[in-house]
Amino acid sequence: MSARHDAIVIGAGHNGLVAATTLAKAGRKVLVLEARDDPGGAATTEEIAPGFRVPALAHLLIRLDPTVEQEMALESHGLRYAQRDLSSVALDPEGRHLVIDEKGLDGLGGRAIEARDREAHRRLCERLRGYAGALKPFLSRTPPRLGSSRWADNANLMRLGWAIRRQGREQMREFLRIVLLNVADLVEDEIEDPLLQAAIALDAVLGGHAGPRSPNTVLTLLHRLAGEGDGLPAARALPVGGMGAVTEAMVRAFRSAGGELRCGAPVSRLRVDTDHVTGVVLSDGSEIEARSVLTSTNPKHAFLDLLGAEHLDAGFALRVTQIRMKGATGKLNIALRAAPEFKGLPPERLRDRLLIAPSIDDMEAAFNPTKYGELPETPPLEVTVPTIADPSLAPEGAHVLSAVVQYAPYDLKVGWAASTETFKERLLNLLESYAPGLKGNIVEARFLSPKDIEARLGTAGGHWHHGELIVDQMLMLRPLYGAAQYDTPVAGYYLCGAGTHPGGDVTGTAGRNAARRVLELEKRP
Amino acid sequence: MMLRRNTSESRHFEAVRETPFHPRTAAHCLANQWTRWAGYTVPDLYDDMTNEYFAVRNQVGVLDLSPMCKYRITGSDAERYMNRLLTRDIRKVKPGRVAYAVWCDDDGYVIDDGTIFRFGESDFRICCQEYQLGWLCHSAIGFDVRIEEETHEVAALAFQGPTSCAVLKRAGFSGVETLRPFDMKDYKLTRYPVTISRTGFTGDLGYELWVPAEYALDLWDALFEAGTLHDPRPFGLQALDLLRIEAGFIVTNNDFMSAELALRRNRGRTPFELGLGRLVDLGKGHFTGRRALVEAEKVGPRFRVVALEIDRNKPANDALIYAGGRKEVGYVTSAAWSPTCKRNIALATLKAPYCDRADGDLSVEIYVKKELKWYRLKPRARIVERPFFDPARRRATPPGET
Repeated sequence: MSARHDAIVIGAGHNGLVAATTLAKAGRKVLVLEARDDPGGAATTEEIAPGFRVPALAHLLIRLDPTVEQEMALESHGLRYAQRDLSSVALDPEGRHLVIDEKGLDGLGGRAIEARDREAHRRLCERLRGYAGALKPFLSRTPPRLGSSRWADNANLMRLGWAIRRQGREQMREFLRIVLLNVADLVEDEIEDPLLQAAIALDAVLGGHAGPRSPNTVLTLLHRLAGEGDGLPAARALPVGGMGAVTEAMVRAFRSAGGELRCGAPVSRLRVDTDHVTGVVLSDGSEIEARSVLTSTNPKHAFLDLLGAEHLDAGFALRVTQIRMKGATGKLNIALRAAPEFKGLPPERLRDRLLIAPSIDDMEAAFNPTKYGELPETPPLEVTVPTIADPSLAPEGAHVLSAVVQYAPYDLKVGWAASTETFKERLLNLLESYAPGLKGNIVEARFLSPKDIEARLGTAGGHWHHGELIVDQMLMLRPLYGAAQYDTPVAGYYLCGAGTHPGGDVTGTAGRNAARRVLELEKRP
Repeated sequence: MMLRRNTSESRHFEAVRETPFHPRTAAHCLANQWTRWAGYTVPDLYDDMTNEYFAVRNQVGVLDLSPMCKYRITGSDAERYMNRLLTRDIRKVKPGRVAYAVWCDDDGYVIDDGTIFRFGESDFRICCQEYQLGWLCHSAIGFDVRIEEETHEVAALAFQGPTSCAVLKRAGFSGVETLRPFDMKDYKLTRYPVTISRTGFTGDLGYELWVPAEYALDLWDALFEAGTLHDPRPFGLQALDLLRIEAGFIVTNNDFMSAELALRRNRGRTPFELGLGRLVDLGKGHFTGRRALVEAEKVGPRFRVVALEIDRNKPANDALIYAGGRKEVGYVTSAAWSPTCKRNIALATLKAPYCDRADGDLSVEIYVKKELKWYRLKPRARIVERPFFDPARRRATPPGET
């Protein structure tokens, strides 16, 4: 048994590192245990061919929590941005693309934009941002406990209601009308351009097991908009050195705060003394004692594998098994000899976020087979070419392309072993149809299915957000009632991963919230 | 007319099942008064409730228990599983023993009570009133156990009364007199196995007999043949209700709502509130509801199930209870005039703190109809000890040879 730690954090992904650093900076003796040989979790940069480095999974910082960035002094620990506030370009098969950014809409290749759509889009963004703004303060708070008699819990609930109500009666009514709607219904009511409709809808479903016509997808969109980066709502950024640079800076911040990181140290279970966690047992059988344990792994693993159902009430254990976390998102990483040339896309636009999703119906049609364990024909893609802004990621003149593949079933009926190559080929052909010549330039292409992601990160179901971000798994219901305030039924055991509020994307907010909860509940001895 | 289809494929069409003893119980059921019990039809009344009741208190009565829900739990984690399910420490119940137990939901509210038969280190049977397969399966998450429903495969008879032991011995169950309360013993009659446990729901000397359903009639006949001198009498659920009230036993969904069926937030009851605190071992390690019960114990009970003795002789069924004549403080859930105790008795739920006050100045509102006219009585009531009826023969080992 080694020296006693104040806290052990399981998992060195971004949330684990943020939680660990927050605790270490508060003077706690913190040990981070990472099962893999390298830290980073879902935010890593990986070499797929000699000299070609790609963001292995997550490829954009949608909204790294600015408080986290500041508190951890990530800039002084080496985090630099290659590019901030990327525009989005909705790609058109004919090369008449649509640019969407802070300034509004712009057509490329002679694409005409109806004045009506321009105005409708401006108004829709304004409204959605208004609602998202009302939600924003709640992202960085511990969600209220339902049915509680604590004043703070009820005050928090009331604040949430008031934040919506203060926008005025009309706005509140409109909020209540749309909040549980599916994003397709909302967008089709207001926007006519199918490309624009699909671009908005894609942001609502990215990373989730949901199509644009799945219920509550407007709320998921608002949730994503509620984040902010660089002062701009939902701005997207590319770090220098790829996504791995974010977690690398976090590791440096953690170490400089006095924390200890141990990689290649998988935790097999917790040590529990009836109602209190006393430490962890590693897979090699060694034990490490600690006053509290935080885990950034997904909630099913946290409760059923690490803790064990015997320490939980049966009803709670049942609800843990019911958390929906079946991934539907894959990742395609390509090393290219030369920059891809998309039809009708000026080369300077390659630095933007390129969306392949021709229409809402196409998206839904791609989601349909996914529901039944089959492969979609033309899945929507979110493409970045990070080497445009950060040439250091590839050899001189060469590039890497990174694509989030929205809709790749976790439980593929015929099995992934037999299908990975077929599906990869299908994706490359899809890209080739937008960027002719791309296939001839490929040095290496790798596809990660949700099964691969599960194996790689230990996230059951391979879900990017450690659990579907949907109304019954959000706020005070994330990951489930009874553990939505980061603490769990067993004293000293906390959740700090994306499975907790506010959930997925590389934000670090969940990790920070969890650490603050630990500090609130565990006064120094 | 009853819809009855006995092929197993069409069981879901079956409106009401007949128990394996049906041909015998039907032959005895002169009143032809039947009632439904967990999907089965069983006699509510055979001929005369008073005769049936006194058969149990003075000789021996036979009750068809087959509708009781029975679940077999086996597998390497069976003991850990049972200990996580039940509020009491099952490790203290040795193989060959039976234990009365309750199990709770996450909030510490009782779902059901029942008897636990421990056949071996990793072999248990749960026998209870309400259908539990769903909860038992939910509770199995994370445990290596096998759960089998045995309700329809195992037939059961309650054999209760002062001469029960004597008749069993005559029927060839030698050594049955050595069974202490909550002991059980396996027998092999000429053709079939029988398990006898010294358990029951009447508060009297008595046994329960468990037999594979296909041998149910053989067992019945053997008992009645052996009992020629002692005249065993079948008794129905009406008589059972009176017997169990005298014994102070509560019935799920009659004296308290099962947590699984309670809709209103304050309808669930902790074991402490049911007067079953002795069945809760908060220090044995974790079990479902323990954390809630630790809190509940600190706060103290909100209600308590109590035994009441009520003035006059009218049973206080469904009556409201008042303190100081005006303030409503509880309600009666079971009531009867006890023929053996010669007391007007009831089981009731009282709010705190009235449930713990010896001098509560309680009265009960009883409505009595005499020749179509209703009369309202408000007799005084006192909290008394349970059970109302507790004869020494209930525990004597070996029992007397009446």
